[in-house]
Amino acid sequence: MSALKTLNGNQSIAEAVRQIDPDVLAAYPITPSTAIVETIAKFKADGMITGEFVCPESEHSAMSVCIGAASAGGRVMTATASQGLALMWEMLYIAAGLRLPIVAAIVNRSMSAPINIHGDHSDTMGARDSGWIQIYSENCQEAYDNFIQAFRIAEHLDVRTPVLVGLDGFIISHSMEVIQVEDDDEVKKFVGEYMPLYPLLDTSNKMTVGPIDFTDYYFEHKRSQLEGIENSPPVIEAVGKEFGQKFGREYGFFEEYRMDDAELCIVVMSSAAGTCKDAIDELRSEGKKVGLLKPRVFRPFPHKKIAEALKEMKAVAVLDRCSSPGAFGAPLFTEIRSGLYDYAERPRIVNYVYGLGGRDIKVEHFKEVASKLEKIAETGTVEEIYSYINLRE
Amino acid sequence: MAKLKDLASMEDRLVPGHGMCLGCGIPLIFKIILRATEDPIIIANATGCLEVCTTIFPRTSWNMTWMHSAFENAASTIAGVEAMYKALKMKGRIPQDKKIKFLGVGGDGATYDIGLQALSGTVERGHDIVYICYDNNAYANTGGQRSSATPLGASASTSPAGTQSPGKLQRRKDLTKILVAHNIPYVAQASPGRWKDLYNKAKKAFEIEGPAFLNVLCVCPTEWKYDESQGVRLLQTALDTCVWPLYEVENGKYKINYKPKEKKPVLEWLKPQGRFRHLFKEENTWVLEKFQKQVDEDWEELNKLALY
Repeated sequence: MSALKTLNGNQSIAEAVRQIDPDVLAAYPITPSTAIVETIAKFKADGMITGEFVCPESEHSAMSVCIGAASAGGRVMTATASQGLALMWEMLYIAAGLRLPIVAAIVNRSMSAPINIHGDHSDTMGARDSGWIQIYSENCQEAYDNFIQAFRIAEHLDVRTPVLVGLDGFIISHSMEVIQVEDDDEVKKFVGEYMPLYPLLDTSNKMTVGPIDFTDYYFEHKRSQLEGIENSPPVIEAVGKEFGQKFGREYGFFEEYRMDDAELCIVVMSSAAGTCKDAIDELRSEGKKVGLLKPRVFRPFPHKKIAEALKEMKAVAVLDRCSSPGAFGAPLFTEIRSGLYDYAERPRIVNYVYGLGGRDIKVEHFKEVASKLEKIAETGTVEEIYSYINLRE
Repeated sequence: MAKLKDLASMEDRLVPGHGMCLGCGIPLIFKIILRATEDPIIIANATGCLEVCTTIFPRTSWNMTWMHSAFENAASTIAGVEAMYKALKMKGRIPQDKKIKFLGVGGDGATYDIGLQALSGTVERGHDIVYICYDNNAYANTGGQRSSATPLGASASTSPAGTQSPGKLQRRKDLTKILVAHNIPYVAQASPGRWKDLYNKAKKAFEIEGPAFLNVLCVCPTEWKYDESQGVRLLQTALDTCVWPLYEVENGKYKINYKPKEKKPVLEWLKPQGRFRHLFKEENTWVLEKFQKQVDEDWEELNKLALY
């Protein structure tokens, strides 16, 4: 039965895992995602899931187990964070290259050095060219909803591409929230039966998987691998709509908050978008025409859709919880700015890096951003295209 | 024990047309091992000679189900395949009576070095798999760099002999012993030069429930630099000098499978191989002595272990 439950982000993911009951779950514990792995282990110990739980000696092996298991022909998931995702890095490309529909919950955490266990997006942003679909969550409810949808997207026959669902370390993973947990059977029905495609376990169909390509085939194979992610936008959209029809919470590529008559816009992903909404409400009550655009899907990046939503703004601030050393700006900013390039009339745009290593971002910080946007809109000039929020210098 | 005639009449699972070197020990090893069960086998093959030489797209030499994902993870990849087999059997999505053998395969680079952690984890977790290391003492696929299986004094491209160096300064890692320390049901050292012994060990490894590990000596004319027509003789010399003892450890119990009537000096093993040529210069005599001493000590220790 559908019910309201008080869960933190990790428990919300675990609850979805219990309901979906994947065939193989392979994961290595790492803060702040450990509780997901522990909860799965307990589910298994208590007979609440029937899948095989494998607890390997490293994240590299966890992803290797996932790759072997998915190739064998069944539904597979993992969970990790930060250094763990980095250790998987080599295997992320292979999972995508072999077109395996693995689903991963990534509890976003900063990258060492210095070592820090708190939330930022450096881990998944570092993996943005690995071929995985990336979906980000604002809160526990979205983490739960996104994780359920991820299987439908990954396993769709036109897509067959791994999907990761991000949720912010500690800020979401360890914060309690009342969320709507849907009925077990309804979730199972929504996710559906797994459809194996070229399973190794069908030994009557002898196969060579993962052969070596030289210069004569590699390029064509890499090109054909892209078809999965290229085919994914209508699937992501349809699954988000169907989820809405079934459970009442519809999802698209991004969320627009008070954007109807907005002239200034703040773009921010994940948990900070919640705080930003409060700031927008305050600014609106002061008569300021500020709105929020919260990207949900980062890969495939919805360039056109976001550009259409932003093109008439006077000024836009893109906030990244990640830096991109030596680049023109942080990842979200460069994607959005590039998407706006083809428009003759386009907004002034500025990039702020915030919240690295879990540094707090508050309503007042968003209000400062809004006042800077007002100034940019007024003068038509961006003095500093790239700067930091809440940083001691 | 199957007769050679019966084995020869079995369908090949590794078929001709691959690109392995003339005189390479790898096909010899796998033609024997892949006949040691009649059940279907799924292989996860680490990056290396066997993988590269058999699967240059669009061709394959595998008349069976085979997969490659990366260099250091053949063990964890096959563990994943086995886990899915168990899951789907339990969920009733594959028939209860469907038997499959799961085989992880890698060279010494993939097994002794970069993949040791994944192998250790996989056998510790007790997956019902067999792992075969074909040990040709070097990173042969990439031109003969040293591995931790490269013997003392061998000249390898990253431990070359030179005016100031007698080749590799360190002794080999004893990987078989490391696997024994995992207390898994079956660990063995074998050689394709003794095909019956290798066949029996592979058969036992496939039949035993739980993880089994075979370390198989593999001649490599390209990197060892010997007359490639003499590979099987050289393999016999490895046994007669006790450089590569044949033994097995079944549920903790050691058994030596071959004892030379008269133990030969290691010189007979070293001399035909170009990788040891420099050891016969006067200034490197100490390496020869050290090599002999280590082989003697290891053989003595193994004989003691086999008493219990």
